[in-house]
Amino acid sequence: MITLNNVSFAYSKKKEVFSNLNLTLQPGSIYGLLGKNGAGKTTLLKMMCGLATPSSGSCTTLGEKAARKNPSLMRELFFLPEEFYMPDMRIKKFVSLNAPFYPEFDLNQFHRYLDEFEINPDSRLRSLSYGEKKKVMIGFGIATNTKLLLFDEPTNGLDIPSKRQFRRIMASIANEDKCIIISTHQVRDLETLIDHLVILHNNHILLNENVGVITQKLCFKTVQTVGNDQGIIYSESSLKGHNILLKNAEQEDSQLDMELLFNGVQQCPEKINHLFNLN
Amino acid sequence: MEFKDKHSIYIQIADRVCEKILLGTFKEEDKIPSTREMAIELEVNPNTVIRTYEYLEQKEIIYNRRGIGYFIAANAKQKVMETLQNPFLENTLPEIFKTILLLEIDFKDVTARFEHYKAGFQNETNKNVDAPGHE
Repeated sequence: MITLNNVSFAYSKKKEVFSNLNLTLQPGSIYGLLGKNGAGKTTLLKMMCGLATPSSGSCTTLGEKAARKNPSLMRELFFLPEEFYMPDMRIKKFVSLNAPFYPEFDLNQFHRYLDEFEINPDSRLRSLSYGEKKKVMIGFGIATNTKLLLFDEPTNGLDIPSKRQFRRIMASIANEDKCIIISTHQVRDLETLIDHLVILHNNHILLNENVGVITQKLCFKTVQTVGNDQGIIYSESSLKGHNILLKNAEQEDSQLDMELLFNGVQQCPEKINHLFNLN
Repeated sequence: MEFKDKHSIYIQIADRVCEKILLGTFKEEDKIPSTREMAIELEVNPNTVIRTYEYLEQKEIIYNRRGIGYFIAANAKQKVMETLQNPFLENTLPEIFKTILLLEIDFKDVTARFEHYKAGFQNETNKNVDAPGHE
């Protein structure tokens, strides 16, 4: 669905964000894009939808060069940036101006989401809080029914009940034809939704793997004391004891702890690299 | 739903289905929620629920009627019990024994409390199971 081939990108000569990046994303998954501040998550999303043009290499989305921004591609994707501009108008007007770009847009569906998020469909956009605006955009984006959804930090600014609603809505729309990519720092909000992780580290993709494969290769545990076990890749202390990340030599089943994995990847990139045979 | 530590989410959902079978909430030949319905209820990725149902199907606890959905298999309760009894006796029970010994709890007291709990539990589950069928 999306192929990045030897992509390099720089905002200035001094600061190169990516060099020779390769990545392929398939439909049928909810991808979690993780990385520290400045790792290039937003840049990557922007390249996928044509808002950033690689300085070399190519980014192909749904079979078209994203940088060309062909209408035939633009109507098949929706990008929700972390910060967005909303004009001073009512929701209805906003929809009547923007929905025609998306042939599969469903107004009833949009209204169901507004209802679920408790947003009055007659509201003026300017009168809404940041979180409420975000809910309008999330609802609109999902109701476009595009094949590709790119969400940059969608749960930022949402209140606690809305995060649950967001998860329910995502669970209701994810299917084998759609590719959903969510960049986030709020892994706890989305841990049960994401089924494929892409972790960026130092301008590289350090991990690009399905959650099922990750838990086959790695085991996540909480233990009282940390021994000199060779299999331990990373450990951190917590109230309950030590959270450890280890090689899954015994084929034990455990729940993926994204925060622990993320920290482990940052601290011990070589070990993770070796285990997943990247590059 | 709060997911506890340890097992992967698809196994935790399977445990949840198994518990409903043991409690009698899901009976033999009952249709269970679709993967989509279950995913929305539990706020999880639909692929995870698909994995759960495949796992339960492989264990012959549920079965698939093409185009209709998933149903609780005949003898599902028996199978769930057989699967769960051993791990409980081998792993969970020794932990409880250890605590009883460490805290020097009189085993007679444990037996008395168990009987009391059992009476309450049977009352409660009978109510739940009988409720839909009786006037």
